[in-house]
Parts: sequence; C-alpha cells; structure tokens
Amino acid sequence: MKVLVPVKRVIDYNVKVRVKADGSGVDLANVKMSMNPFDEIAVEEAIRLKEAGKVEEVVAVSIGVKQAQETLRTALAMGADRAILIVAADDVHQDIEPLAVAKLLAKVIEEEEPGLVLCGKQAIDNDMNATGQMLSALLGWSQAMYANKVEIEGDHAVVTREVDGGLQTVKVKMPTIISTDLRLNEPRYASLPNIMKAKKKPLDEKTAADYGVDVAPRLEVVKTAEPPTRKAGEMVGSVDELVSKLKEAGVV
Amino acid sequence: MNFGLTDEQEMIVSTVRAFVEREIYPHEAEVERTGRVPPELAQEIKRKTLELGFYACNFPPEVGGAGLSHLDFALVERELGRGSMALTHFFGRPQNILMACEGAQRERYLLPAVRGERMDALAMTEPDAGSDVRGMKCTARRDGGDWVVNGTKHFISGADHADFFIVFVATGEDDTPHGPKKRITAFLVDRGTPGFTVREGYRSVSHRGYANCILEFDDCRLPDAQVLGAVDGGFEVMNTWLYATRITVAAMSVGRARRAFDLALHHAAERRQFGQTIGRFQGVSFQLADAVTEIDAADWLTLAAAWRLDQGLPANREIASAKLYATEMLARVTDMGIQVFGGMGLMDDFPLERFWRDARVERIWDGTSEIQRHIIGRELLRPLGS
Ligand SMILES: Cc1cc2nc3c(=O)[nH]c(=O)nc-3n(C[C@H](O)[C@H](O)[C@H](O)COP(=O)(O)OP(=O)(O)OC[C@H]3O[C@@H](n4cnc5c(N)ncnc54)[C@H](O)[C@@H]3O)c2cc1C
Ligand SMILES: Cc1cc2nc3c(=O)[nH]c(=O)nc-3n(C[C@H](O)[C@H](O)[C@H](O)COP(=O)(O)OP(=O)(O)OC[C@H]3O[C@@H](n4cnc5c(N)ncnc54)[C@H](O)[C@@H]3O)c2cc1C
Repeated sequence: MKVLVPVKRVIDYNVKVRVKADGSGVDLANVKMSMNPFDEIAVEEAIRLKEAGKVEEVVAVSIGVKQAQETLRTALAMGADRAILIVAADDVHQDIEPLAVAKLLAKVIEEEEPGLVLCGKQAIDNDMNATGQMLSALLGWSQAMYANKVEIEGDHAVVTREVDGGLQTVKVKMPTIISTDLRLNEPRYASLPNIMKAKKKPLDEKTAADYGVDVAPRLEVVKTAEPPTRKAGEMVGSVDELVSKLKEAGVV
Repeated sequence: MNFGLTDEQEMIVSTVRAFVEREIYPHEAEVERTGRVPPELAQEIKRKTLELGFYACNFPPEVGGAGLSHLDFALVERELGRGSMALTHFFGRPQNILMACEGAQRERYLLPAVRGERMDALAMTEPDAGSDVRGMKCTARRDGGDWVVNGTKHFISGADHADFFIVFVATGEDDTPHGPKKRITAFLVDRGTPGFTVREGYRSVSHRGYANCILEFDDCRLPDAQVLGAVDGGFEVMNTWLYATRITVAAMSVGRARRAFDLALHHAAERRQFGQTIGRFQGVSFQLADAVTEIDAADWLTLAAAWRLDQGLPANREIASAKLYATEMLARVTDMGIQVFGGMGLMDDFPLERFWRDARVERIWDGTSEIQRHIIGRELLRPLGS
C-alpha cells in the first residue's frame, strides 16, 4: 500500500506572529517557516506504518510556493520515499484555500492511487481544519478525523479519535483519509544519514495548471487583528495574600 | 558568492537545534545545581545521538563517521554551543586526532570512539606548562623496549568520563641555536594503566558539571604500541589534527551568544519601566544593536574560517581571528544580557548568569586570546621578515 501525506509550509510555531500594518494578514516576510506540526505527526505515522510493514511507500505532497520544497526535503529526511511539489502561488502571503488544496490532492490521488491519506487535522496558520474532510467528500472516501491511534487491519482501519469529552473508536473502510491529532505520536528528528540521503530522493515539481485546478481564492479576508494583550499579572507572597486579593477583586 | 545554507545544512541545523532544546535544556538546571551529570542521563544522550547518526559526525565515513565538512561541523557545534557543555559532551565528537591511529590502534581506540563505546580526553597542559606547551615537564624515558612516563597534567576536560587519554609527553631534547628544545611524543593511555591515576581537579566557575581532572604518571610503563603518530612526532600530530578545534570554540561561542541575546531581546521588548518597554530607551536598544552586529560578525568569521579549511586554503590566521573575536564577543554579549535584565540577570532563576560565567573560559582554553593574537601577528609579520 502507498500512503500520501500532504504537508504544508507554515510560519514556525515559535515565531511571535505580527499582523501586517494594513490588516490584510500576518507578516511572513523574513520569518522562519517550518512544516505544519500536525503534518509532521502525519509523516511520522506514515513512516511508522512503513516500518511496521503495513505500507510500502510514503509520498509527501506540498501545495504552495516554490519554497515548500524545503518542507518536502524535511519530510524526505524524516523518511518519506519521494515528494511532489505543486507550485500554486508566487507570493508567500497567498494562502491556497482548503477547497483548492483538496481538489489538487484529489487529482494527485487519481494518479498515485494511494490506499491511505494521512494529513494534519489543521494547519497552524489559518486553523481551517477542512482539507481532509473536503477531500473525503470529493473522492467519496471514508474519513476518520483527529486520530489519536491508528491501526490498519486488512481493508479496514481502526482509528481512535479525539472528540469532545473523550475518545471514540471507529472502523473505516480503506481507502480512507485520516487526520492526525496532537497526541497520535511524537515525530522523530531527521537523522544525519537521512538528511544526507534526502537530496537524492525524487522530488517532482508540478504546477496547479498541470492538474487543471483553479486556485483563485473564494474567500476574502476582511480583517486580521492582533489578539487583545493580556493585562499584567501580580505576584503574591502567600496564600493569605492571594485570598485577600481575590476578595478585593470580588471573585471569591 | 552565496551566503545561504543548503537544504541539508538547514536540516542539520534544525535537527541539532531541536535536539538541544528538547534533550539538553530540560536538564541544565539540575546539572548546574548538582555539578554532575547523572550517568543514566549521559547514556541516554549518547544513545539518542548514536541513533540519529550524529555521534562522531566529524569523522569520515571510512571509519564510521558522517563525514561532515568543517563548515557543516561548525554549524553543528554552533547549535550545540547553546546547550550546557557538561551535557552536550555526550553528543560525542571524539578528538579527530584519533585519525592518526594506525594498525591495531584503530580497533582499540579510533573505531570504539567513533561507535561511542569508549570516550577520549586530551592532555597537554601541565601546572608549569600552559601556553608554553613545549615547556612540559612530563617525560618518558626508554627502559628496555618500553617507555616509562613520569609527571603531571592538569585541567584535563572530560577526564572523569574518559576511557582513554591522548597524552603529550617530552621524549628528549635537542640543542638548537635558540637553546634546548624538547621533543614531544603523543601516547594513548588507557584508564587503569598501572602507574597512571586520574584525580579530581579544581572547581571551575565555567561549565559546571564539565569536570577537569589532574592526571598523574608515576613510573607508568607504556609499550611502543601506545605511541600515536611517530616517536618525537607529537607536534606533527598536534599541528595536523588540533588545528581545527579552535573553530569549535568559536562556533560554540556564537551559538551561546545567540541564546543569551534572545533572552535579552525579549526581556527588552517586555520589561516596562518609566511607563514603557525598556527597549524603547536607546540606552538599551543600542546595546542590543551592537550585540547583534558583533554576533553576526563572529558567526561569519567562524564560518568563513571553516570554509577556508574545506577549500584547502591556509586558515591558521583566520581560525585564530575567529576564536579570538567570537570568545571576546561572547563575554561582551553575555555581560550586555545581564545589564539589560538588571538585577534579575544575576540570579540563577535565569540562565544568563551561567552563560556569563561559562563565557569566561572560552578566552583561555584552546589557546588564550593573547596566544591567538600572537598567532595572528606572527602570520602577518613573519612574511615581511619581522
Ligand atoms: C576549564 C579548563 C579546561 C581545560 N581543558 C584542557 C584539556 O582538556 N586538555 C588540555 O591539555 N588543556 C586543557 N586546558 C588548559 C588550557 O588550554 C590552558 O589553560 C591554556 O592553554 C592556558 O594555559 P595556562 O592556564 O597555564 O595559562 P598560562 O599559559 O600560564 O598563561 C597565563 C597568562 O599569560 C599569558 N601568556 C602566556 N604566554 C604568553 C605569550 N607568549 N604572549 C602573551 N601572553 C602570554 C596568557 O595569555 C595568560 O593571560 C583547560 C583549561 C581550563 C581552564
Ligand atoms: C544583589 C542585589 C541586591 C539588591 N539590594 C537592594 C536593596 O537592598 N534594596 C532595594 O531597594 N533594592 C535592591 N536591589 C535592587 C537594585 O537597586 C535594582 O536591581 C536596580 O535599581 C535595577 O532595577 P532592576 O533590576 O529592576 O532593573 P530594571 O530597572 O528593569 O532595568 C533593566 C535595564 O533597563 C535599563 N533602563 C531602565 N530604565 C532606563 C532608562 N530610563 N533609560 C535607559 N535604560 C534604562 C537599566 O539600566 C537596565 O539595564 C538589589 C539588586 C541586586 C541585584
């Protein structure tokens, strides 16, 4: 079986984001970019399935600007076998919307015929949480979102999902689309030999036009604003002081 | 000319950075407090480094290393420099002087060191011979077919964890027009060799937990098989293999300076006094401006020196400049960091006071700042006949 893992290049989770002066979005010029952490978990899960002998090939796909090549190299260094880059934007500030991404992925899937798609539950830049679900609808495949545990059993996958208030276990028919939640696994570091090998692994470069998919935005960002700043806290020296402060504030 | 990193280099940097942040940072405070690295933790760091293929990454693939270039290795060291040396010691980088091992020495020392099975330490310095290595008093005399070693080495880093030692010893004296000149030989000495003792060393203000020890040789008998390189060829192996370790000191200084700088920068952006963030006072922001300029300068100086080595260009002067400037920069930047933090900078609630203390030794070991200046001056003036 082949696994397809879509990976997105996003602003690094350590970067303190800044809203652009005109409010049109977040400033991405000269900031550190990395693989979306949920996608890293998906790559890790795919590699573990391969190590367990459930999967023969792990193919990583990225859709976005040309620089997403670096993100794919990271996936290859972690252990993916090959990569496909679909260049769909010139400007790092142009985000490709989930529907366009899902349509492109559906085309790739037509060609590649994977038995499983493992994607992150959401990208930490726009938090859409939509691509996996849309892809499921476009393909008519089953879906199991927010995976906490994945087991492949023949033509089924048993997936434990993180849902409000607890865990839910579902059995889905393959081929299927699974999105990863935070606790599914802890992604490995890229090993030095794999880093060195990554350059030699195949990376195909395509464009959105090659697949005949229109990536023009359907959504308009009306405004982007910084979250309100928190008021400074106050250090207290003892429990008594804490209680009296809380009383003062009228909360107890 | 291209000042960017390749994709591989970016990945090397981000892997080592992530490793240091996740596997080293969380244990630093304990090592600082207790002054020791728990053996299980040391083993754990070593095991993970081996698993990642980074152990002995400075060694060529023929002997089981990753064959990193000097430049790539400097990038690794730069990231490691962010973390506590007591801990990053187990992200093993054996002394590349072990490449001088020949015949059976390869199986006994070189290969086990690369595989992480045996750790090494290097011993040159003596109580009466520091900068003046040639002034060493530790001697080996011929007795039958063996060598008998007597003398003392001190300040020997990592000796507490070392399984064997590369020891430089005087093996004779030549008369020259400038007076008598000692001949030096390098020996491989196993821990536990009769007549050889490792004693606890001094307590250093820098790098707590990264111990330095005293080595004592009392009629320690070594066969010829323990000679590394040629008899009387100690300076030759030293000059061939120890040349580049100064780049390591420079690169680590740059990494640590960046970590200290980031703390100061964020503090300046958040700490409020007189109704505004202190970063808004030029008295503070100019200090940050100077610091980042110096860090960048040291960074490029270091990478350029490593690059020269990779190109096979003469690099002695450039390496000396990098070591000199980067270590002195680190002292200024850590001092600046504490100043920007105010009183809290001195408290061990933050790692700044530690960086400031750790910085001090960098200007002393692997050749003091004065010795680096001496090298630079000599390289400039000697061709002019001065
Ligand atoms: C924590 C620590 C760990 C160490 N680890 C090791 C190790 O693992 N192995 C090892 O072999 N050594 C090690 N060293 C030794 C280190 O390399 C020496 O400390 C260093 O070379 C300086 O020697 P010294 O301390 O004897 O100072 P000295 O050589 O006595 O120097 C004293 C002062 O005189 C100056 N000076 C000396 N000669 C000149 C000159 N010609 N021109 C101008 N100024 C001069 C020096 O710059 C210095 O300021 C370590 C040292 C320390 C502090
Ligand atoms: C060991 C120790 C003992 C102490 N003992 C006492 C004591 O007994 N009693 C007591 O009351 N206090 C005591 N202090 C407090 C000491 O006086 C303060 O630490 C000092 O006034 C600086 O304040 P701060 O540490 O809050 O730094 P901050 O005021 O936060 O300063 C941080 C940085 O911002 C800079 N800065 C601030 N404002 C400006 C400006 N307008 N322009 C340019 N730069 C600016 C500062 O110079 C500094 O570099 C002690 C401090 C220490 C470390």
